[in-house]
Amino acid sequence: MDKKKRHSVKKIMARAGRASLFLALSLLFMHHQLTAQRKMIQIKGSDTMVNLVQILAEEYMAKRPGAAIAVLGGGSGTGITAIINGTCDLANHSREWKTKELDLAYEKGVRPRIFAIAVDALSIVVNERNPVDKLTMVQVGSIFRGEIKNWKVVGGIDQKISLYGRQSNSGTYSFLQEHVLNNKNYSQEVKEMNGNAQIIEAVSRDEAAVGYVGVGYLLDEFGQLRKGIKVINISKDENSPEYSPLDKNSVYSARYPISRPLYQSTSGKPSAAIADFIKFELSPEGQAMVEKEGFFKISKELMAANEKNLK
Amino acid sequence: MGSVKKKGILADLKESFTKRFFQISSLLVILILLGIFALLLYTAVPALREIGLREFLTSTRWDPTSPEKPEYGILSMLASTIMVTIGALMIAFPLGLAVAAYLSDVASPRIREIVKPVVELLAAIPSVVVGFIGMTLAGPLIARIFKLSHGLTALNGSILLAIMALPTIISISEDSLNAVPVSYVEASLALGANRWQTLISVKIPAAISGIIAALMLGMGRAIGETMTVLMATGNARAFPHGFLQSVRTLTANIAIELGEVPYYTTHYYALFALGLILFVTTFFVNLTADVILEKQKRKLR
Repeated sequence: MDKKKRHSVKKIMARAGRASLFLALSLLFMHHQLTAQRKMIQIKGSDTMVNLVQILAEEYMAKRPGAAIAVLGGGSGTGITAIINGTCDLANHSREWKTKELDLAYEKGVRPRIFAIAVDALSIVVNERNPVDKLTMVQVGSIFRGEIKNWKVVGGIDQKISLYGRQSNSGTYSFLQEHVLNNKNYSQEVKEMNGNAQIIEAVSRDEAAVGYVGVGYLLDEFGQLRKGIKVINISKDENSPEYSPLDKNSVYSARYPISRPLYQSTSGKPSAAIADFIKFELSPEGQAMVEKEGFFKISKELMAANEKNLK
Repeated sequence: MGSVKKKGILADLKESFTKRFFQISSLLVILILLGIFALLLYTAVPALREIGLREFLTSTRWDPTSPEKPEYGILSMLASTIMVTIGALMIAFPLGLAVAAYLSDVASPRIREIVKPVVELLAAIPSVVVGFIGMTLAGPLIARIFKLSHGLTALNGSILLAIMALPTIISISEDSLNAVPVSYVEASLALGANRWQTLISVKIPAAISGIIAALMLGMGRAIGETMTVLMATGNARAFPHGFLQSVRTLTANIAIELGEVPYYTTHYYALFALGLILFVTTFFVNLTADVILEKQKRKLR
């Protein structure tokens, strides 16, 4: 009796096993078919770049029926992590890869290829009622390190500086830390906002505020400076003249001191579909859209490097 | 005879099956809870090993991505969480108790019928909406009243959390006030005490354990709330020195950093350690509240 029972249990188990195997196989097959059909390109990463890449993707999809691209934000660190973990096809990042990340990628067999698709002028913004309109690089660094605490020190009125910044996975956060704060810690008083738009919003409400955003966030959809904010002109040091990130010539001539390339990375050689999209971004038409969004075209040197990486 | 017996067996089978089903379901809840705890513990342990319990609990600097030296001290965030929670209870508890006393003792049945559902509706407001109110309404108001440049402060968070804890505090305090036997009240009134005296020296003392439980449950709600504080308190990492400063709570920190932290790094494990601390805290707060409520039920029976 007992033996028989055990036997039948075994039989049922075997049958269930076979059934679930079949189910899993058919699901896998369906999934494969679906992905093959849609060829959805998943893009993830930098919050600074999300609007720009979204607009480029929309234009591209309008031109190439059948192409499907989804663009997500989350921060440069998120995008790079996603490429390493294989959960997206293209990562947007507004800073370079860290050595640690490259090590991790190589460990997992991921050989990233990096493309510069636009140039950003990192912009320092204050409230429109703040009388200060220029700062040196050193001053910006001291302010965000928390060494200068009062606007009076840099020629403003006597009030405590209210700091706004991004969260630590942001490429903008890392870039500023590396190039302006000289790799020192941020002040613990920095209020961390979720994205560029939130910083603009907070700065426009707070008279003592200072924040940093990508240049593409300074202007609204009509090309006007957003309400309530003022863009600070930056100089390399006390003896050099100051330049605005809104002035094309000073950014292209690299006289504006804190500009940086905006990148996209693939895992290994980009597939035909992804390469086609990247080529569109780098085409004169794509680059014109980059400028229209408030960012800047990439230089010849960067373009040459891109072309090499596409092959 | 045979067929009746067979039917009996079928019914027995059905009954025992149903019983089992409910047993398993209730066991499942416990298993899920234990599973979450085990997962948190398992993921948090590497962090504590790498960072060291002493730095983790006593340092005030949290800067895992620092190029100088990564630091993992949670003291500032712990203090912020406690501060915002206590602030919220200082607002919500007196207010909630007053509303509960009003509803159970003073309000006419008609008013009660209107106020009670409204209070319950308060609990249904999504936390992101409360956070939005904090950013656009309460924050700027605080800034203007206290002559600050911005209102993204601990006080803002406390006020919003008070709103969110109110429904819990009101409904549980009211229930326990209502559970006080009528004979107590009648005896007090018969001895010449007026309604106010009866409320203060008879009803509230009799219902005190339920009221404390209400306070604890409100506290549990406030400690665990994430979205609202994330939006309203500014999230500065500095150690809090007052209610008019930006603070970052434990929950807000997890929400900010977990989405993008590289997996299986010290930072990743450290965030789970934060989660473990939150889990244990809220678990004990809720457990205490439950024990107190159970005691009161027995006492008044």
